Amino acid sequence: MKSLDSKEKIAQRAAKEIRSGTIVNLGIGIPTLVADFISRKKEVFLHTENGLLGVGPSPSEGGVDPEIINAGKLPVTAQKGASYFSSSDSFAMIRGGHVDTVILGALQISESGDLANWAVPGKNILGVGGAMDLVAGAKEVIITTQHCSREGEPKIVRSCTYPLTAKNIVSTIISEYAVFRFIDNKMVLMELAEGWTVDQLKKITPAEFAVSKSLSFF
Amino acid sequence: MNKIVTANEAISHIKNGDVIAVGGFGLVGCPLLLVEALSEHPVKDLTIISNNLGEPGGKGLGKILKQHKISKAIGSYFTSNIDAVNFVKDGKLEVELVPQGTLGERLRSAGAGIGGFYTRTSAGTLLAENKESRMIDGKEYVLESPLHADVALIKAQKADKLGNLVFSKTARNFNPDMAMAAKITIVQVEEIVEVGNLDPEQIVTPHLFVNYIVERGNHD
Repeated sequence: MKSLDSKEKIAQRAAKEIRSGTIVNLGIGIPTLVADFISRKKEVFLHTENGLLGVGPSPSEGGVDPEIINAGKLPVTAQKGASYFSSSDSFAMIRGGHVDTVILGALQISESGDLANWAVPGKNILGVGGAMDLVAGAKEVIITTQHCSREGEPKIVRSCTYPLTAKNIVSTIISEYAVFRFIDNKMVLMELAEGWTVDQLKKITPAEFAVSKSLSFF
Repeated sequence: MNKIVTANEAISHIKNGDVIAVGGFGLVGCPLLLVEALSEHPVKDLTIISNNLGEPGGKGLGKILKQHKISKAIGSYFTSNIDAVNFVKDGKLEVELVPQGTLGERLRSAGAGIGGFYTRTSAGTLLAENKESRMIDGKEYVLESPLHADVALIKAQKADKLGNLVFSKTARNFNPDMAMAAKITIVQVEEIVEVGNLDPEQIVTPHLFVNYIVERGNHD
């Protein structure tokens, strides 16, 4: 079996967060990879905001239905028991708190749980999609992200310098090196990657965080 | 009343400066036949309400954009068409960016006679600037207005001759919301059936929201 790259490792860890019997919306990028790691023993219903509850696996080459896509505009399938609905109904599910867990990527996350994941300063802002609706409505917001940007800049920061998607809404951050949870508005390190120390993590994490008494490794 | 017309007849109702809602998530659920007819119709200064603005290479609404017929676009995600990005850069296109769920609800509200609604979406962000907000149960909500259109161009799978509509899979997306939000709704369908052939329990958009029906089969 080939070893997982850092994105797959994040997705694998995120899949463990998903509880059986829940409704989950997966964003574009690393979150999309999470679907492949969800244990088959769990009954999970994937929601996609363009109007499908019960997203199934990617179709085989011959099995593509051009009218079944996900929010990333990629072909998907519909599981048994799936339903289709309009955009306003889809976002009523999201805004109304009927979706349990949303997993999204990030440009920056702050120590107070603010999220920035839609716009880069200084560039024309021409796309927001459903991110602001998803985080405003979901019961739980899990961020899957590489710990630093491609340029090596830390993404988990004291306060976001990029335009916000929403304030104080992140529940959990999962990177290739760490799992943080927001507990009573404080960011707490719960898990650390094998072979890493808290001091090493602090060097690439400007955000202030507490360390859980039950810190474990993954 | 006969609602069945050709694409060109239907599109002839669009005038300079109109606000046009166009269904689709990317090209899925986009009424491409009606968009093609719009490309042949001499109008300018349109405001387009649509989640995206076509795709690169002049696909879908991208063709209308490249004809310089669109002066403003209202939607959630325009970065998927590099032409739209360049038009904005060159000052040829004004954009109103709306979170996707807020877009759907603003259309639905227009159709439902709702004067506005408060949502948590976008609270505390750039997209809430200059908007009224209020605290409800200790959380900040932003006031959003209904989004009306002069004409909606939508796609459905089937219509009966009255204009009752059923949709296909994720090609439904914004289409039912847009059907409600416009003064004139034009639908492109794969097939028109006799009245009574659609199960009333299956009808998603009732005929009172639909003014003109164009069958794609007649144009292939």
